[in-house]
Amino acid sequence: MENHFEMGLDALRQKILLMASRAETAVNQSVQALVQRDYDLAVRVREDDNIIDQFEVDIDEMAIVLLTKAPLASNLRLITVAMKVSQNLERIGDEATKIAKRARDLAQEPPVKINFDVNRMAAMSLAMVKDALDSFVHRDSAAARAIIPRDREVDALNKEIHQQLAQHMTENPDTIGRCLHWIVAAKSLERIADHAKNIAEEVVYLCEAQDIRHTLKN
Amino acid sequence: MPKLNVPEAKTSGSAALIHIEALSLHYGASKALKDISLTLGERVVTAFIGPSGCGKSTLLRCLNRMNDLIDNVRIEGGVKIGGHNIYSSDVDVIELRKRVGMVFQKSNPFPKSIYENVAYGLRLHSSQNKSELDGVVEQSLRSAALWDEVKDRLHSSALGLSGGQQQRLCIARAIAIKPEIILMDEPASALDPLATARIEELILELKKDFTIVIVTHNMQQAARISDFTAFFYIGELIEFDSTTKIFTNPAKKQTEDYVTGRFG
Repeated sequence: MENHFEMGLDALRQKILLMASRAETAVNQSVQALVQRDYDLAVRVREDDNIIDQFEVDIDEMAIVLLTKAPLASNLRLITVAMKVSQNLERIGDEATKIAKRARDLAQEPPVKINFDVNRMAAMSLAMVKDALDSFVHRDSAAARAIIPRDREVDALNKEIHQQLAQHMTENPDTIGRCLHWIVAAKSLERIADHAKNIAEEVVYLCEAQDIRHTLKN
Repeated sequence: MPKLNVPEAKTSGSAALIHIEALSLHYGASKALKDISLTLGERVVTAFIGPSGCGKSTLLRCLNRMNDLIDNVRIEGGVKIGGHNIYSSDVDVIELRKRVGMVFQKSNPFPKSIYENVAYGLRLHSSQNKSELDGVVEQSLRSAALWDEVKDRLHSSALGLSGGQQQRLCIARAIAIKPEIILMDEPASALDPLATARIEELILELKKDFTIVIVTHNMQQAARISDFTAFFYIGELIEFDSTTKIFTNPAKKQTEDYVTGRFG
């Protein structure tokens, strides 16, 4: 006999994965639009954000219905964690939108001639998002814990890029407007890594029933 | 208490099967049900909830005229099933109870074999030969998710089964005669959590083929298994809506207070 409650949980998991795939695509495309100065792609990422927003609403609705059925223990944790994961994914989508907005504006101006490693930073943030979601899918607490310290590397890289851009603005005041766009875009990548870390912390709670938020100085 | 005007469209997604129309029921001088109007959908699970004495079981028993068996009962208004008033004088009550089966709070298998419990109603209602009977017994036990557990001891006494198995046997007995509607009066209240979970899963399977009306005191059970929920209080229907609505955002404060455990 099928277990109808388990089927409901599976549907919730599937929905999270679909949302995650959308959010990852949005970040990928926004970075692509930024680096390749692709105006059309930037516009499209912004337009698609409402799809990710709708996923958050749908997931909350599914979770609320499941919660009325009085789930306990790991099922209870899964549903509450799913709501938090979806909220973090929605915010990742928002950050992608912010990057896309800067990409759109930058694509209409001459490029800034400065070497900084935004690709590496994007790759690090995206890998954190992907690994955090994999740890959620596989309920892998150790993998989730391993993601958390990586946030510091992204923070450090953001700081480095920020300093480089500040230096460049001082030396080339005509680029201030464009450099500010880049600073905001880099900050968004740094925030994406924060959300990935949040998801990893939720996975630890899901697997171990232990709340590790705000306990580790990263 | 304000009179409730129940919208007909509340069975959305399923055709209306049962129309309860301005139904009142008196036990002697006491009025147990007060002017209840309610439309229940086909092949959905509808839960009746409310504190003890609210009339939910009384209303359930009105749907197959079990209250006829109680002295001093007077009924006003009517119940239509598939458009026919089941209280009209030409209704054969035995035929009605074939169409509207019932499972009670306490499992009540006959002191006979497992096989005979399921076959009993069939022998009464139709003259089937053994191979036909065997087929229906197996199918009914399979539908009640009991077959795998009893197939090797069909001719053992039903009284040797566990409480949960006896209750599923009673469900098999009810569905053997192919009713349209199954009424369940707290079918899992005497069972442990595991046996309860099996009954709940079974109800969710059965709604593919049957219309189910269930009385339960367990809020979460109503939330887990029902599509629609009706809340009763002192003989009145207070609120009827989709179960999700009743358990997440009920319209009436009384409903909210009851489902959140503030009274009752």
